[in-house]
Amino acid sequence: MKLGFYPGCSLKGGSPEYRISTFNVAEKFGVELVEIPDWNCCGATAAHNMDKELSLSLPGRILALAEAAGLNEIVVPCAACYSRLTVTNHELAEDTQLRENISTIIGMKYEGNVKILNIIQFLDKYVLPHVEEKVVKKFNHDVACYYGCLLVRPHNILKFDREENPQTMDNVITKIGGNPIDWAFKTECCGAGLSVSRTDLVGKLSGKLMIDALDRGAEAIIVACPMCHSNLDMRRSAINKYMNRESEIPVIYITQAVGLAIGLSEKEVGFQYHMVKVKLKEKPITENLVVKKVVQTEPTEEK
Amino acid sequence: MSSGSHHITNNLSGEILRHTEVPVVKCYQCGKCTAGCPVAEDMDYPPSLLLRMLQTGEADLEDKVLRSLSIWLCLSCEMCVSRCPMEIDIPKMMDFLRYTSLKEGKTNPKAKNIIRFHRAFLDSINYTGRLYEVGLIADYKMRSLNMTQDVAIAPKMFMRGKLGLIPEIIKERGKMGEIFNKTLKRKGKQL
Repeated sequence: MKLGFYPGCSLKGGSPEYRISTFNVAEKFGVELVEIPDWNCCGATAAHNMDKELSLSLPGRILALAEAAGLNEIVVPCAACYSRLTVTNHELAEDTQLRENISTIIGMKYEGNVKILNIIQFLDKYVLPHVEEKVVKKFNHDVACYYGCLLVRPHNILKFDREENPQTMDNVITKIGGNPIDWAFKTECCGAGLSVSRTDLVGKLSGKLMIDALDRGAEAIIVACPMCHSNLDMRRSAINKYMNRESEIPVIYITQAVGLAIGLSEKEVGFQYHMVKVKLKEKPITENLVVKKVVQTEPTEEK
Repeated sequence: MSSGSHHITNNLSGEILRHTEVPVVKCYQCGKCTAGCPVAEDMDYPPSLLLRMLQTGEADLEDKVLRSLSIWLCLSCEMCVSRCPMEIDIPKMMDFLRYTSLKEGKTNPKAKNIIRFHRAFLDSINYTGRLYEVGLIADYKMRSLNMTQDVAIAPKMFMRGKLGLIPEIIKERGKMGEIFNKTLKRKGKQL
């Protein structure tokens, strides 16, 4: 099974743990992720803050390249890239004149034949149907699933999960034997693109959500976006300053949690790259867990 | 483009409607956008007030909107529009206000570093096609003269393998220059 893959700049740069864990999990489920040839940056926040046509042309070229390479379904793990690509796909489909205009700018045709999957949609479609038989070690932890903004909004375009209390990531965690806690900041913003230019605001916004996660007893925060991850992990000193307390709660990608559960090693999910060390306490497995069907005969390949 | 039943007026809210189809006039000041906005308390005018200022059509208030810090602090997190009972696409409006503010040279002095960062970011894409993080930070430092920021965290990032020292360059690098020339630069905007 081959799927198109758009890593985006973060997965090639500051977030290698997300790339590695995504690839290793996909491989375990027989999915080969094929990088879109010669892809460029989606332009992220900077492009749509500065120029509308630029903000549609950069993702437009990516979609046209995927289509030309025959990659009709692409996995886009970064929530920001997912949002930019999906919004562009939508706008180009809605407005023929705009599509022609963007075609002229990028010098390529795009017919609108590319389907975009965010990481949760990818897991839902290709991993979850077989995950229970592959779980060798339940992810037995109380965790706060943090969706952030761009994975669920704008809902009228993305049409993915709920805007206020989404459940899809919680569902993945439940399926691998974890316990997603109920908390209030699932879709609040971490400060995103202001990470460098207004680090103080990132400390405040991320601090607010971390206080809630900590107060409700989360052992880790689970994310699906490299910007959320880098703000919560890398900007910890700004966050601690805002919270006025030291915190050691790790920030883990959903793909890393799935990877651990199916027997990948800490190295294979990329824990060595984290700024805040990942230390998860082993807990006795109790009977009332949701995952009941753990196949004992499955070989534990990597230890 | 349809403008619905709204009369397009000859002021900034009319421009917004014409270019983005966002009907500022529909806002009835319930304040849910401001209540949900994560940066409202750091803004000079919260989102619902910006809408009210635009509704008046007064030139001096429109000028304040374009010179506000608010439009640059907006994170485009889309919380406001998801909670707006009239489904007014405030983030889309914010994008248009930013373009207009840039075009008219009215950017807020306190937003300088935010804009410098956007420019450094786009500059990196223009040259290599992809974001080169080390280059971006160096470029931003040159623009903002904020040399000490992140000095403490950079070596740790490097040690963890989070900073690549060699930029990834796409094959069709010239294509990027073309795209920038045909969009941002054509309108006289600077990188």
